[in-house]
Amino acid sequence: MLATTALVSLSWVHAIEPKSGYQWLSEEAREMQDDEFANPGYLVVDTGRDYFKKAGDNGKSCASCHGNDGEELNAKSIAMFPKFDEQAQRPITLQGRIHACSREHLGNAPMKYDGKKAIALETFVRNLAKGERVNVNTVGPIAPFVRKGKAYFETRRGQMDMACAHCHVYYVGVRLRAQILSKGQLNGFPTFRLANQRVNGTHSRFRQCENLLRSRYGKAGADEYVNLELYMMSRGNGLKIETPAVRY
Amino acid sequence: MTGQPDQEWGAECTSRGASLGPAILALFLLSPSFSTRALAAGDSVSADMEPYYEWTVKNLAITTPIGGRRGNAARGRLLSTERKKGNCIACHALPIPEAEFPGEIGPPLMGVGKRLSEGEIRLRIVDAKQVNPATIMPGYYRNPKYLKNVKKKFRGKTLLTAQEIEDLVAYLVTLK
Ligand code: HEC
Ligand code: HEC
Repeated sequence: MLATTALVSLSWVHAIEPKSGYQWLSEEAREMQDDEFANPGYLVVDTGRDYFKKAGDNGKSCASCHGNDGEELNAKSIAMFPKFDEQAQRPITLQGRIHACSREHLGNAPMKYDGKKAIALETFVRNLAKGERVNVNTVGPIAPFVRKGKAYFETRRGQMDMACAHCHVYYVGVRLRAQILSKGQLNGFPTFRLANQRVNGTHSRFRQCENLLRSRYGKAGADEYVNLELYMMSRGNGLKIETPAVRY
Repeated sequence: MTGQPDQEWGAECTSRGASLGPAILALFLLSPSFSTRALAAGDSVSADMEPYYEWTVKNLAITTPIGGRRGNAARGRLLSTERKKGNCIACHALPIPEAEFPGEIGPPLMGVGKRLSEGEIRLRIVDAKQVNPATIMPGYYRNPKYLKNVKKKFRGKTLLTAQEIEDLVAYLVTLK
């Protein structure tokens, strides 16, 4: 009796326990991710570092406030994004925070969300928190936004009429054609995708899966994607940040 | 490939064992300029011009061919692996040796013509949700007005045409 109970609860834990996409990578892809010289994501980290040090229109750079190599940034805090933005009374992603700094503190013209420059900066900054555990708050004023993101994740959409959850909850570990489905975790983002040979932001990746579903997708940076990122990142609470991860 | 929508339904790159070599190969296969496929996107048979034909379910089967079309098993076999068409192979194993790396989300379709009647097969392709409301399997001929958040290009359209449904039915009944 005790044994059965233990088994049941074990499989339940397995089902809800977050797992990084790393789990389903081939040996070669893992080696590529782990080797800073082989992992093309590190080129983007370097580009991001250059932008980080570059003075904006008002003469200040990110480095002016956060240290030459970002050493004044707190890894634990980076791991908490998306966070509740008290001023705006809604969630803000790490990239959203970077956009705000660039506009407000450097006086720069707005960057494109998930554009090359913003992705480079996000990749550099999140890489500073590599190894830190994802730690997104889901209670308090942010809770309604988490629920919205969850609803998005679980709603059927597009001509395929599937929900994200169909693949990333119910068929995890199963092959869709040659591709093993993962839990759709965000701990490795921005990720270098072998499929498109570039570093992808979370919202761009959402759009790619929505395209698969032949679904009307939002713009990178849109509120619905901020909520989705918030929910999906919180599903991975406890996972180590792997940025820049290598993925299919 | 930068700037291309790099991911098409079920063609999510890379290969079994997912090593890097095949990943590169898959990239090559995915690139728009490489066309060995019988039917490219949007050409030949298309759902554009067709009216939507109603269908009715009895005993978990649709006994009448959609739109009164007559299926062609050979075309159905092609459609079942065609990435932008049926793409059944993304989820089901099929007795088609040249189609490598079938998915394993749905049951293998070998012997499906023995397990199910023609009408039962038709319903499962047309709208598998009638059998299992929670299923992941797309409804290939559902009334498009029930679909939400569809990309503009596909709005108001069924996934497959009446003819394509019948071609697939004709093929699947031969899988004894
Ligand atoms: C029909 C199956 C399917 C559906 C439905 C689906 N995806 Fe995916 N998704 C994939 C495949 C295949 C991959 C690549 C392999 C993997 O990491 O799972 C993937 C990967 C991802 C990743 C990258 C995970 C990583 O570790 O890099 C994210 C994020 C993601 N999907 C989000 C979504 C969202 C958001 C939705 C809904 C709008 C969605 N997916 C719906 C098939 C699907
Ligand atoms: C995204 C996954 C997916 C795709 C694509 C898909 N199927 Fe399925 N199919 C399933 C699943 C899962 C089942 C099991 C039934 C359920 O979910 O209730 C199924 C069941 C079936 C059955 C019933 C089999 C039996 O033995 O009872 C038939 C027939 C079938 N599919 C045919 C097709 C055909 C033909 C196509 C392509 C035009 C196709 N499927 C595409 C997932 C899929």
